[in-house]
Amino acid sequence: MNINFTLISQAIAFSVFIWFTVKFVWPPLLRAIEERQKTIADGLAAGERGRHELELASQRSSDVLKEAKQRASEIILQAEKRATEIVEEAKRTAKEEGDRIITGAKADISHEVFSAKEALRQHAAQLAIAGAEKILRREVDAKAHADILIAIEEDLK
Amino acid sequence: MASGTELTPTSYIDHHLTYLTTQVSEGSFWVLHVDTLITSLILGVISFGFIWLIVRKATPGVPSKSQAFVELAVEFIDNEVKNTFHGNRHVLVAPLALTVFIWVLMMNAMDILPIDIMAWITENVFGLHNWKIVPTTDVNTTFALALSIWFLMIFFNLKVKGFGGWMHELFCTPFGKNPLLWILNLLFNFIEYVSKPLSHSLRLFGNIYAGEIIFLLLGMWAATGVSGTIFGSILGAGWAIFHILIVTLQAFIFMMLTVVYISMAHESH
Repeated sequence: MNINFTLISQAIAFSVFIWFTVKFVWPPLLRAIEERQKTIADGLAAGERGRHELELASQRSSDVLKEAKQRASEIILQAEKRATEIVEEAKRTAKEEGDRIITGAKADISHEVFSAKEALRQHAAQLAIAGAEKILRREVDAKAHADILIAIEEDLK
Repeated sequence: MASGTELTPTSYIDHHLTYLTTQVSEGSFWVLHVDTLITSLILGVISFGFIWLIVRKATPGVPSKSQAFVELAVEFIDNEVKNTFHGNRHVLVAPLALTVFIWVLMMNAMDILPIDIMAWITENVFGLHNWKIVPTTDVNTTFALALSIWFLMIFFNLKVKGFGGWMHELFCTPFGKNPLLWILNLLFNFIEYVSKPLSHSLRLFGNIYAGEIIFLLLGMWAATGVSGTIFGSILGAGWAIFHILIVTLQAFIFMMLTVVYISMAHESH
């Protein structure tokens, strides 16, 4: 157990090994490890982000679905309203048309009645004149009493 | 194992505790433990080379099994450093901790290799009579590590606090700013600065050295007869299993103390 030159030689060897490790061993390995740690951290962050986005997307889709349902029910409601309106309008139109037809028919009827009455009146006048002629033929000259006959005829019209 | 001479307990232990030395220059200091240096260099080159080969092809994507293994070690150490050191650890402290942990672990782990088989291999394959296979049982190694870290500690003290700040800390902590206490503070800090590298290095050295001695004693017991061989083998196996814990624990403690000392240099009181 004696101190000698071995100490110095070992110290030199030691410093060379330290230099080697500091220069060539530690930095590249540390770089690799840190880079991998970064990759892993990035991956984890990306996963977290993906999860968050999925959550948002599902929220959004349920919102859209809800809105669509609401719009659908609104549309159905509107359609029903429109249907009743159409039916109401159709009824009204039909009633108007019916009224118009009835009015037309009534006018026709009254016109017919009027023409029938006219014809009847004409007949009655002719009959009366004929009757009056037969009566007067015996006692009145047709020519002499023509103005009276015409006046009667006018009255009967 | 000692070839040529008679095998006695003394020569057995002597053989295992003798370094392969070479004289670099004149004087008793200029002796180099070739076995310690070469073994630790080989271990360092193998382990850091292995890590470097994997790191060179490191991908931020799905890692290969070997890359995952290296990352496991690196992240374990990085976490320990992160809990203790609050500056930018990637510049020096964390890679330093990795270097210390891996290298000390590898050097300690040589203790688990069966001591006599390794001695036989070094003697008969490589023709080296003395070869201590565990570099951390050489107090030079542990002192080299601890002193290097101690100098780094001084360096960071100066760099972070400046010379004035460091002097202020030496004179005014831990007891207070009163000029009467300056000497006491300085003495206290002096003891602390001396004891840090001593305890740092001797803890590692002591544990691993003691472990090796126990292997040697068990090996000696195994040479005493059939029952000695049986019990020596069983206890040797048990001690080796327990030693897996000690080897790792001591490497971990050495690394943690390194980080703690350098963190303390960064924090002013």
